[in-house]
Amino acid sequence: MRTEARLEDLLRQLAPQVLGALVRRYGHFEASEDAVQEALLAAATQWPERGLPESPRGWLVTVASRRLTDQLRSDSARRRREDATAARVPPDAQLALGPDEPDPAGRDDTLTLLFMCCHPGLSAASQIALTLRAVGGLTTAEIARAFLVPEATMAQRISRAKQRLRAEGAPFELPPGPERAERLRVVLHVLYLVFNEGYTASSGPDLHRSELTGEAIRLARAVHRLLPDDDEVTGLLALMLLTDARRPARTGPDGGLVPLAEQDRSRWNRDAIREGVALVSQALPSGPVGPYQLQAAIAAVHDEAPSAEETDWAQIVGLYDLLERVGPNPMVALNHAVAVAMTRGPRAGLDLLRAVEADGRMVGHHRVDAVRAHLLEMAGDADAARASYRRAARRTTSLPERRYLEGRAARLAVTR
Amino acid sequence: MRYLLMIYMNPTVFESLSEEEQAAVMDAHDEFQKSIRESGERVGFAALADPANSKTVRVRDDVPAATDGPYLEAKEFLAGFYVVDCVTVERANELAAMIPDARLTAVEVRPVMDEAGMEM
Repeated sequence: MRTEARLEDLLRQLAPQVLGALVRRYGHFEASEDAVQEALLAAATQWPERGLPESPRGWLVTVASRRLTDQLRSDSARRRREDATAARVPPDAQLALGPDEPDPAGRDDTLTLLFMCCHPGLSAASQIALTLRAVGGLTTAEIARAFLVPEATMAQRISRAKQRLRAEGAPFELPPGPERAERLRVVLHVLYLVFNEGYTASSGPDLHRSELTGEAIRLARAVHRLLPDDDEVTGLLALMLLTDARRPARTGPDGGLVPLAEQDRSRWNRDAIREGVALVSQALPSGPVGPYQLQAAIAAVHDEAPSAEETDWAQIVGLYDLLERVGPNPMVALNHAVAVAMTRGPRAGLDLLRAVEADGRMVGHHRVDAVRAHLLEMAGDADAARASYRRAARRTTSLPERRYLEGRAARLAVTR
Repeated sequence: MRYLLMIYMNPTVFESLSEEEQAAVMDAHDEFQKSIRESGERVGFAALADPANSKTVRVRDDVPAATDGPYLEAKEFLAGFYVVDCVTVERANELAAMIPDARLTAVEVRPVMDEAGMEM
């Protein structure tokens, strides 16, 4: 079991390097990606039996190259059969290969691959799927299980994403200057989405899905290693660690969601908190501050508070003020209202909440009703709070959230 | 996000169609299936037998009893469904509008509850 996990780690770590080596040598991203998947599968079955090859990376590059050249040869043979004017694609020009030994430069193409998989021409769902396969080294079956769709559906999504990349003519290189910064934001957002997908599922029965948090953290670490001076990369990694640190306490013994204020803080992961705090403390003072750093800073204030009551809410309000300026969105405004309620009382929070609603984007959203319910409960208005909890419970599409909100409503009915 | 696209059918409406029109409805379903398969959005689907085949089961005082016919009597009934995985409800609505029955009767779009959730 342990060796199996170590082997899996090794393969996932090597996946982007091997793919990078292939694409550099042969071009064909689409076919190279398939060939690398086959080589990874071959390694996963052969290495446990025969032992690790001397150079695992070299082994994978060699096997994947062979698969790829076989594939390209049979493709061009088929084209020749199908197309009388086959001379358009001189196959040997494509197959003018170097020797089958690994790229000695030991380049790390992870970043280039991430930028490619997060091409703006792809939908978020495709960016996520392709990133997990091409950079994360996950199999299509694993990604499908994580996203609760049939394998054929995920396979189709990935192959369409690759076709799209080809149609876009996406080159295998880092985007130029200003475009690179923009693309990096997409990459970070994709990793953030992968993390959230896993984190929110961690209370449920979908174990494969909750493993996505680990994968997101692993990829964020890789990006941080390659871009150690980018404060938003550091911020995102910190945010993931500081959020994931609370995971053991976010569900009760019955599997129900436990709100932050009621979590058993002794169950929080101290190592993750230490690492996250160190990262965010390193990122914040340098350069312009971005949304991930601010969200990480807020998470750090929560994580460092010995109890909900002892939380430095004034600092959290200040951070949300900043966040609303740097990266405003209705969800941020909603959390801001909660923080304000904690410092200036529930009525002040409810006033802010009305402003959030007036914005229009959150109309009918269950989170607005849930926050209103909490603030009304704080204000001692049990009847209105109960009605808001029930409205939120009807509107959410999450089973654990519905259970939690129904529970809060029921509790208010009992204590009256 | 996964959505259930529920196809409601009214036999009187369907029977009023010409043979060609009925065949066109079936073709449009094939076309729709192909389209969501290729877009990577299809999770599942089923066509249901006519409610004339339905049994409705009730347990009262621990005694189960099955009666013939559907639970709800209505002119329209659930004739089948698709489960799709797509990013927004707008996209789910767009997919529903591609189902031929949306022109004849209606297709109801409902989110499938998620096992994931945010603590508050």
